[in-house]
Amino acid sequence: MPTAQAPAPQPRSLQAQPWDDHRIEVILGNLLRSGVLLSAAVVLWGACVYLSRHAHESADYRVFRGEPSEFRTIPGVIHSVFNGRGRGLIQLGLLLLIATPIARVAFSIVGFAIERDRMYVAFTLIVLAILLYSLLGSGLGV
Amino acid sequence: MTILEFTAVVAIVSLVAGLLGSLTGLGGGVVLVPLLTIFFHVDIRYAIGASLVSVIATSSGAAASYVKEGFSNIRIGMFLEIATTFGALMGAFLATRIPTSALAIIFGAVLIYSAYLSRKPRPLDQRNLPPDPLATRLRMNGSFPDLEGPRSYNVQHVPTGFSLMFGAGALSGLLGIGSGAVKVLAMDQAMRIPFKVSTTTSNFMIGVTAAASAGVYLSRGYVDPGLAMPVMLGVLAGSLVGTRILVKAETKSLRLVFSVVILVLGLQMLYKGFWGKI
Repeated sequence: MPTAQAPAPQPRSLQAQPWDDHRIEVILGNLLRSGVLLSAAVVLWGACVYLSRHAHESADYRVFRGEPSEFRTIPGVIHSVFNGRGRGLIQLGLLLLIATPIARVAFSIVGFAIERDRMYVAFTLIVLAILLYSLLGSGLGV
Repeated sequence: MTILEFTAVVAIVSLVAGLLGSLTGLGGGVVLVPLLTIFFHVDIRYAIGASLVSVIATSSGAAASYVKEGFSNIRIGMFLEIATTFGALMGAFLATRIPTSALAIIFGAVLIYSAYLSRKPRPLDQRNLPPDPLATRLRMNGSFPDLEGPRSYNVQHVPTGFSLMFGAGALSGLLGIGSGAVKVLAMDQAMRIPFKVSTTTSNFMIGVTAAASAGVYLSRGYVDPGLAMPVMLGVLAGSLVGTRILVKAETKSLRLVFSVVILVLGLQMLYKGFWGKI
């Protein structure tokens, strides 16, 4: 944007610091918060459906059985959401929750690339690779 | 107990745990697993799965308010996340292989150590330490706004910190906790990062670390929607309220109470683990 006068110096306290870092962090922080609120809303919605149907059954978590595959894999969760299952919706919300920090890492790559910091682009790619391996390589994707 | 009663009670307990965890800075996840296993007789694997999910929620939920203050250092965070995520992945795979009594014993030990650490005074913030060549090459040194203007710091002992962070990640993946206690050891004691920088940076890292093991837990069927739902919503609500009132609250006596609770729960977990009652 063209301005007639030279802009006044910004009244921020730490001009000497790489404030690009800070701007990126603020954006990422807000991204994380939106992700969490979105996932909490989906979980809450699923909770209403689940409780409206199963409220009076008895709760028992004493014995570990492991979840059925519809709550263990991404396609399974999506399938059960389309079947209108409350617990499917809760799992979808939890998947969104797991995705928020991963999105944070992915966006950090862009931030470091803008700053032309190749070393940290590489570090961030390593972290992202580990996260994606955990999500997709551990059987969640199938 | 019916599902409705169970959900309501677990949500309230989680809310209190999240509130106390954020007020004292000790984290809510660390008390949730023992509470769920000891008082609600939940299998420790379900409890760990639910707790891990809540750890992501608190970390990501608080991130926005932490970054505004401008203390956290994303380069330190990202570099150490290589260690924590790798450790978390190892820990999660290990958790699916070792017996639950061993999990309980490790958990008990971590709780007792956390209680001890919370009573110990923090090391004094560094002043005028010489720059470390490795930390300089990794561009970790920085500064943060202090009362009398910006204060710069030089990060120390990067390899030690990195190895400890691998351990913190492994414990997080193994037990479904944020493992703040080990992170304090790595960042405050070894790397000599100033307190304000290390707490906010570690909060950022906790969510990413937990996400690395959450995939493994979910795919192994440890995350039960009926249990994770009240835990996640309760802890999230509690910690969001906690960060709001943190400024006003007198946390010293609260920290004492909470660390006693952690100690007692730790002893209980040890007992249960050694006598095979889990």
